[in-house]
Amino acid sequence: MFELPSGAEIQGIIASVQGSVGLFIPEIYLSALFMLLIVVDLVAKGRKNNLLAITTLLGLAGSTIFIYQQHGLPAGEIFFGMYVLDEFALFFKYFFVLSAIVAVVVTMADEQFDREVKSMGEYYALIVAMVIGMIMMASSADLIMIFLSMELVSFTGYILAGYFKRNPRSSEAALKYLVYGAVSSGLMVYGFSLIYGITAQTNIIKISLELAAHGSDSLVMILATLLVLAGFGYKIGAVPFHFWSPDVYEGSPTPVTAYLSVASKAAGFALLMRFFYVAIPHGALPPEDTLGIDWLSLLMILSVASMIYGNVVALWQKNVKRLLAYSSIAHAGYLLLGILVMDQFGTQATLFYLLSYFIMNFGAFYVVILISNKTGSENLDDYRGLGKKMPLAGAALTVFLISLVGLPPTVGFIGKLMIFSALLTKGTLYMWIALIGIMTSVISLYYYMLIPLNMYLRESKSPDEKGMNLALAPQIILAVLMMLTLYFGLFFTPLSDFAKYSSVMFGITLQ
Amino acid sequence: MLSLIVFLPIIAGLVILAVPSSQKQIIRIVSLLAALAQGVLAVLIWRGYDPSLPGITAGAGGSPLGSFQFVEKVPWISLNLGGFGSLNIEYFLGVDGISVTMVILTALVSAIGVLSSWTIQKQVKGYFILYNLLASAMMGCFVALDFFLFYVFWEIMLLPMYFLIGIWGGPNREYAAIKFFLYTLFGSVFMLLVMIGLYFSVTDPATGLHTFSLVAMATQTNFNVAGAIFAPENHLWRQIAFIVLFVGFAIKVPMFPFHTWLPDAHVEAPTPISVILAGVLLKLGTYGMIRINFPLFPEVFHASMYVIGIFGAINIIYGALCALAQKDLKKMVAYSSISHMGYVLLGLSAGNSEGMVGALYQMFNHGTITAMLFLLVGVIYDRAHTRQIDKFGGLASYMPVYAAVVTIAWFASLGLPGLSGFISEAFVFVGAFSSETTRPIAMVSVLGIVFGAAYLLWSLQRMFLGKRNDDAAYDLVTGPDGHEHIHFHDWKGKLDLDGRELAMLVPLVVITIFLGIYPMPVLGMLTSSINKLVQVLSPVVMSQM
Repeated sequence: MFELPSGAEIQGIIASVQGSVGLFIPEIYLSALFMLLIVVDLVAKGRKNNLLAITTLLGLAGSTIFIYQQHGLPAGEIFFGMYVLDEFALFFKYFFVLSAIVAVVVTMADEQFDREVKSMGEYYALIVAMVIGMIMMASSADLIMIFLSMELVSFTGYILAGYFKRNPRSSEAALKYLVYGAVSSGLMVYGFSLIYGITAQTNIIKISLELAAHGSDSLVMILATLLVLAGFGYKIGAVPFHFWSPDVYEGSPTPVTAYLSVASKAAGFALLMRFFYVAIPHGALPPEDTLGIDWLSLLMILSVASMIYGNVVALWQKNVKRLLAYSSIAHAGYLLLGILVMDQFGTQATLFYLLSYFIMNFGAFYVVILISNKTGSENLDDYRGLGKKMPLAGAALTVFLISLVGLPPTVGFIGKLMIFSALLTKGTLYMWIALIGIMTSVISLYYYMLIPLNMYLRESKSPDEKGMNLALAPQIILAVLMMLTLYFGLFFTPLSDFAKYSSVMFGITLQ
Repeated sequence: MLSLIVFLPIIAGLVILAVPSSQKQIIRIVSLLAALAQGVLAVLIWRGYDPSLPGITAGAGGSPLGSFQFVEKVPWISLNLGGFGSLNIEYFLGVDGISVTMVILTALVSAIGVLSSWTIQKQVKGYFILYNLLASAMMGCFVALDFFLFYVFWEIMLLPMYFLIGIWGGPNREYAAIKFFLYTLFGSVFMLLVMIGLYFSVTDPATGLHTFSLVAMATQTNFNVAGAIFAPENHLWRQIAFIVLFVGFAIKVPMFPFHTWLPDAHVEAPTPISVILAGVLLKLGTYGMIRINFPLFPEVFHASMYVIGIFGAINIIYGALCALAQKDLKKMVAYSSISHMGYVLLGLSAGNSEGMVGALYQMFNHGTITAMLFLLVGVIYDRAHTRQIDKFGGLASYMPVYAAVVTIAWFASLGLPGLSGFISEAFVFVGAFSSETTRPIAMVSVLGIVFGAAYLLWSLQRMFLGKRNDDAAYDLVTGPDGHEHIHFHDWKGKLDLDGRELAMLVPLVVITIFLGIYPMPVLGMLTSSINKLVQVLSPVVMSQM
């Protein structure tokens, strides 16, 4: 029944795989690092945890060399169209490796790990595994590959969220994350199966060609898009797929929260952009025509709902991590605005916003960790009077929060500026949605400023003025992050040029 | 030169950052030195300013040079945006007649604010760092000629102000601070959208590229991008943009009905911050209108002159009536600010040279006079720890110098001839009466002068004349020499004005009197710019486009 492939075909397949492996080196390297970390953990059991962390840091730093080497390579599909290599993917490779590095640095600063778990064990290995998964998410060009990579990210995410085994909140976070994750990936796979049913293809470029050639039933297509969006929306934490995020963000170890809120969200965006730009609209269309595309209006609804819901609900939060969780829902909305524009400038703006979000959000979570090290609390009320006790941390947090609001001279302002500029290049088409974005950012000022309000304007409940000085290393890291936030708010050309360079996606030419 | 005057306070702030927080005196002196250096630079700019050059729009050949003065223009950011060409932002400073007066005012009020801050005892280091940041941002706003740069300075002002009110303010400071912050941010975020829209609608004739330059935007022929959102034929969006910008600036002025943050902010803010707020910050609102709102959308301005005039009249009368009803002296002065900023709006709405010159001159005078009023309120609050008008009485005989300065300031505020306020208000009314559109409004607004005189004279009478009230905030004691003195409960300093207070007040008094008798130093700088502005705004020029 099955015909065995001929020798020549096998030769061809082997040659193709061999060719592809050469373009897969960063991923292979990271997989090796993952295994090395497990071995190091076994060998160094019982010794200081720093060995593992430093190995991870060095390993991750080393991976950038291999990523850098990929710049000269021609963009294209590898592994029979499973995977792509292009500037867009490269951007996210850097992004994820860097965020993993920052996550490790942040973890090293968090004293809660010393209290909650005996050994760091597989923690760092899982961080690296998640990097691999996310890189693959950003580079997948095939429905199967998309699903596999997303599951890799999700599984590592579940374990990381529940890493404080004895802490009920952490376990609750992991379970919630798992349940929502399972449901949404189930829905997504159902969406994929519908798309496969329409087109008989799994490669997204072939899907787009098939859709362009034969068209499709719009009802089936909108259903498929909706289901797929359930999976992507869960990853980016957009309304109405956000229900997991406040609990998970609050319960998880804070470094994991920061990591999930930045990297995992960015991975979701990478996937969303590639999938919708390449697969569905069958080639970039002029803006007048794209307006009617169903998925674009769906994204628009998601974006508006996220901005409004995230910013409004955050007003009532009493826990800083939870507050930042709602803020991250709102930021998913702003990021979606850039995707809506569907041109090169829009992509550039989205990527820039991701970079700015990287700096300011990690910064904010880092301060939250440092404060919780000293006070043991993440409640807004316990932030009272901290501005005087921890001047640097207070100033840095204020800068990060101002950046999250989007006020100059911070990188967050430039991010918003780029997004809104991209929207306004379409004339009055997206004016109303830009207005919503602007209005909600005014609302966001109120809750972000609650934190400086407590830190500076209110007196501490416990009048003891005992020293809360930070160690030197965290001080330096904070100062660097703060300076970056301000520096890129004034001289943002390098970031923006990098974002522009990276807005090239294989298989589609954006105007 | 302009860069230096803008960034001097920030440099001082960085120096202060390095000073240990226990060295309060050094911190104060560093700030004072920076403010004085700013003052010296302001004088140099004033002396070097050539009043014959008009500014407002570009000079010959589209170059801002030759029209603006002390121009500094360097490319700041140039972004490649692929299909959309590039995003060009310039570090572009310069002054014309409108801004040079404001630069001088800002330098003056900042320096007086530093002196007035001497009494701040809580977290001196943080206070002066924020104060200097604020001073830099204010100055930057007045000299920026690139919309992006202007916006950056505009927003940088908010955060220091929030903390200065929020940390060093009165009992209800949290509410006042966040109210201020939210109100102004609400106004300015829409400005951001308009700014982006303008960028894509305007090209610089010199380079042919899109630009944020306010100088290029002030020439209507530069709105030459077909299909752009603010292209000349896009009337609806141009009107919306005008309204949005106007509201953004009107919140800062503050114009009725966006004024409610001002009394709260003033009552809670410490004295120096009130001085800065009333003396400089409010002017940014009207300055923004003159620099951005009107010249960029002249046809909309023309169509809405009477509306602006009506709002100005409401401000004048409503502010005065509210001031009449206040029991708290500082709140009264705050409402008087609203009333006096109404004159500025009225003068602008007249759209002719007299009205505009009056408005600009009123901005300058209101800056000096209100600074004086708030300082004087601060003086009595320091001593009595209350500002309730009915807790005083008969102060004139015990604090004669104070009473004398108060009298001058109060009379200047109500527009007594011979003091500077009179001239500016007179110009405003001359302008408003000579314009067909605003004549009826001006007739109604005259009432405001009567109410203004009423609340000022009434408060003067209640506080300084007559005898000590029974529940006054001070005791009467008979001194060893047999004369009666008054004694404030826990006030250790000099009863009447001390040296520092005189140092703050005397320059302002001198300026007020001098400019009331001989206004030409300020008017001379204004006239050619205003004439140019009126020309830019006139419908004749627009119809020739």
